[in-house]
Amino acid sequence: MVLVLALGDLHIPHRAPDLPAKFKSMLVPGKIQHIICTGNLCIKEVHDYLKSLCPDMHITRGEYDEDARYPETKTLTIGQFKLGLCHGHQVIPWGDLDSLAMLQRQLDVDILVTGHTHQFKAYKHEGGVVINPGSATGAHSSITYDVNPSFVLMDIDGLRVVVYVYELIDGEVKVDKIDFKKTATTHSAH
Amino acid sequence: MISDGIEDEEKWLAEGIAGLQQNAFYMHRALDSNNLRDALKYSAQMLSELRTSRLTPHKYYELYMRAFDELRKLEMFFKEETRRGCSVIDLYELVQHAGNILPRLYLLCTVGSVYIKSKEAPAKDVLKDLVEMCRGIQHPVRGLFLRSYLSQVSRDKLPDIGSEYEGDADTVMDAVEFVLQNFTEMNKLWVRMQHQGPSREREKREKERSELRDLVGKNLHVLSQIEGVDLDMYKDNVLPRVLEQVVNCKDELAQYYLMDCIIQVFPDEYHLQTLETLLGACPQLQPTVDIKTVLSQLMDRLSNYAASSAEVLPEFLQVEAFAKLSNAIGKVIEAQVDMPVVGAITLYVSLLTFTLRVHPDRLDYVDQVLGACVKKLSGKAKLEDNKATKQIVALLSAPLEKYNDIVIALKLSNYPRVMDHLDTGTNKVMAVVIIQSIMKNNTCISTADKVEALFELIKGLIKDLDGTPVEELDEEDFKEEQSSVARLIHMLHNDDPEEMLKIICTVKKHILTGGPTRLPFTVPPLIFSALKLVRRLQGQDGDVVGEEVPATPKKIFQLLHQTIEALLSVPAPELALRLYLQCAEAANDCDLEPVAYEFFTQAFILYEEEVADSKAQVTAIHLIIGTLQRMNVFGVENRDTLTHKATGYSAKLLKKPDQCRAVYACSHLFWVDDQDGVKDGERVLLCLKRALRIANAAQQMANVTRGSSGPVTLFVEILNKYLYFFEKGNPQITSAAIQGLVELITTEMQSDTTTSDPSADAFFASTLRYIQFQKQKGGTMGEKYETIKV
Repeated sequence: MVLVLALGDLHIPHRAPDLPAKFKSMLVPGKIQHIICTGNLCIKEVHDYLKSLCPDMHITRGEYDEDARYPETKTLTIGQFKLGLCHGHQVIPWGDLDSLAMLQRQLDVDILVTGHTHQFKAYKHEGGVVINPGSATGAHSSITYDVNPSFVLMDIDGLRVVVYVYELIDGEVKVDKIDFKKTATTHSAH
Repeated sequence: MISDGIEDEEKWLAEGIAGLQQNAFYMHRALDSNNLRDALKYSAQMLSELRTSRLTPHKYYELYMRAFDELRKLEMFFKEETRRGCSVIDLYELVQHAGNILPRLYLLCTVGSVYIKSKEAPAKDVLKDLVEMCRGIQHPVRGLFLRSYLSQVSRDKLPDIGSEYEGDADTVMDAVEFVLQNFTEMNKLWVRMQHQGPSREREKREKERSELRDLVGKNLHVLSQIEGVDLDMYKDNVLPRVLEQVVNCKDELAQYYLMDCIIQVFPDEYHLQTLETLLGACPQLQPTVDIKTVLSQLMDRLSNYAASSAEVLPEFLQVEAFAKLSNAIGKVIEAQVDMPVVGAITLYVSLLTFTLRVHPDRLDYVDQVLGACVKKLSGKAKLEDNKATKQIVALLSAPLEKYNDIVIALKLSNYPRVMDHLDTGTNKVMAVVIIQSIMKNNTCISTADKVEALFELIKGLIKDLDGTPVEELDEEDFKEEQSSVARLIHMLHNDDPEEMLKIICTVKKHILTGGPTRLPFTVPPLIFSALKLVRRLQGQDGDVVGEEVPATPKKIFQLLHQTIEALLSVPAPELALRLYLQCAEAANDCDLEPVAYEFFTQAFILYEEEVADSKAQVTAIHLIIGTLQRMNVFGVENRDTLTHKATGYSAKLLKKPDQCRAVYACSHLFWVDDQDGVKDGERVLLCLKRALRIANAAQQMANVTRGSSGPVTLFVEILNKYLYFFEKGNPQITSAAIQGLVELITTEMQSDTTTSDPSADAFFASTLRYIQFQKQKGGTMGEKYETIKV
């Protein structure tokens, strides 16, 4: 069992002062094995904070990130799953599922995590999953109205991944759960 | 010389101890054989060793302790003697036959202890006799130790209330009288010590005196332990008498130590009820006495006392503690002209701590303390004393910590005036502390006036202060500092749009003074704060007729425009471009076409003139296309102009693959997949064909330069775009075209010249799998795909 924290679009300090205190108290060091962050952190302080939660961190570059070393896309393998990461401003139309599916095919991944729209989404799609963890700070967005702060925890166990989404609604943390099983045949079509 | 001195002293001490032990040995023998006469003889000889003047107090103490232990044994013996029938009165007479006065008085005190215990005479008479007799020793060290012995043996025999020695004739008054008298005499001896010996050894003597202070202070401790010393007696007798002695001795060391001692040993409620007397003594002390420490101690104790229980607070009000302390501090600062600034500020910190604990509701008191501090600092420019600066930071931090609400500090008129006295660096540190307090407590600053006051406090972070030299600030520190300002801007909020607009205008006014280094940090949060307000007002524009409505999206867009423009001087074109696009989209949502067009124009101008880096261009053009794709406010003409620009710039990117990708992204500008979106199938196809041409060109270029074709991934990407529009029902995208593209890619992949690229292969494979998947889906989609063979 591996816990992966997926988050992005924090936009600190451009659009939000900090992560919500309730999230900070939930995110403690030592529990998470990997962090995947879609980008727009935007400053080093936030990078350092995430690093303090878990040193194994994968970040792609958002359009407001000052750190130019983050790549545009990244893939990594955790357990039986291949994960793809991209901020998403490169995929036009923004947030469009069919266009994201194309990126998923291009990166050839089981789970694609993107951001940019600040709206939590998780679809099962063509035998894979497309996830947008939303904005961890609930940052203002021109795309999405009334953004609630949210992030995603993925519990990867064998061929199964449980996606927990944590959303802060009116000061209360709501948790939702999506189960996904990878069929062993998904990639046998080569 | 000095080492000789020390060696000599060791020798003298050893001799003293040897003499003492020898006589103690004979004394023990006499005690064992119940030989009173010999016991007295040898004990007197033993005690003669204490007559030495050669030892320092430290060594003398060692000798004294040995004698003390022996005297305990002797006292036991005396007690047994009286039990065996020897009259204690006779014993009391008998010991006075000792030849030397010092041994005589030690023995007298020892028998005196037994005498009181026997109750054959009133305790007060014996005590009075002893304390008077001890006057016989006027040598300071010997006298202090003798009286210390007296104090020690009499401690448990004072006629205190409830004690067995209290009786008809013996009252607690007698006990107090005895201790006070012993204290007075000891203090006199102690003070006199400084005048003995050559003046060049003064420093050494003061050190020795300091070692002896606890012998004197012990008396105050004994006084505080007497049950019968209640508040009235403390107030009417004990404190005035002690203070009289303290003031009159006119000795710096004694005064400082004893004042401190009084504060430490007596209970807090006594201090509170005698504040006037205690504080009244302060200005009468020698000007060199470190009275600020004494007063700080007193205020700290009272603060803690106030914090201990809410029940005691009325007492503080009743005795007007604040006024008295404040008054006393004023007088002390006035009287001690030479007191360094740090001393005065330390006093104010203590007084402020006291005020915050005791009178948390009295902001006027808090402001008064700060005002007094400003008065003390006035006339001096910036503080350069590190310690004083630290104290000011403590002074300014205290109200923040107490109230956890910066809004309260903003009400204190003297707060910014105190801050003005800090040096630039510390001023900034303090500003950061203020911001952190706001963030920690999630304080919302909700009016423009308060925002104005707040920016006055933190101005050290907002702009370069006049006259301060440009300092070399660490880049990391500077970033952190400015990030904290950026965070702060999100805490300035009011739900009322009018007030919110005022807040935004105030923030804008201040941050625009920040200069090119600060603007990239402070402009974005302001922009987004204003965009949030626009979102709230969205749809309201034009609804109100006639009346002047200050907070309209139009007005805010003007303000946004000016603010982003300021970034051009930095220059920060990439950031400005992003912000213009955000504004354009907000204007789109407000249905303000000309405004949106203007923002887009600005974004394009920046792209053309300022964004030079090819990588930055790729990101910028994608952001432009992405935003433009979402705009629905534009009429045909404006839209054409902008889409034309966007496709044109896409095709002019430096690298072919980047060109290709940007161009196929542009296809979405002509086909918006919602009800009333644009659907221009022909221009979509034109874009995709153009992308194909660029991909071909890229392939050929790779052929020429590397002798092999580049990866086919661009073709696969375009194929996916074909599939996208095919599914969306674009009539221009035919299954035949898709079929052709699939075959083209297959051929390319099998060609010898093509560089093999596993990721392109996988991409193509998963695309084919997708086509297969859609074919098998059945329904309309299945039908659509039926003609495509893979």
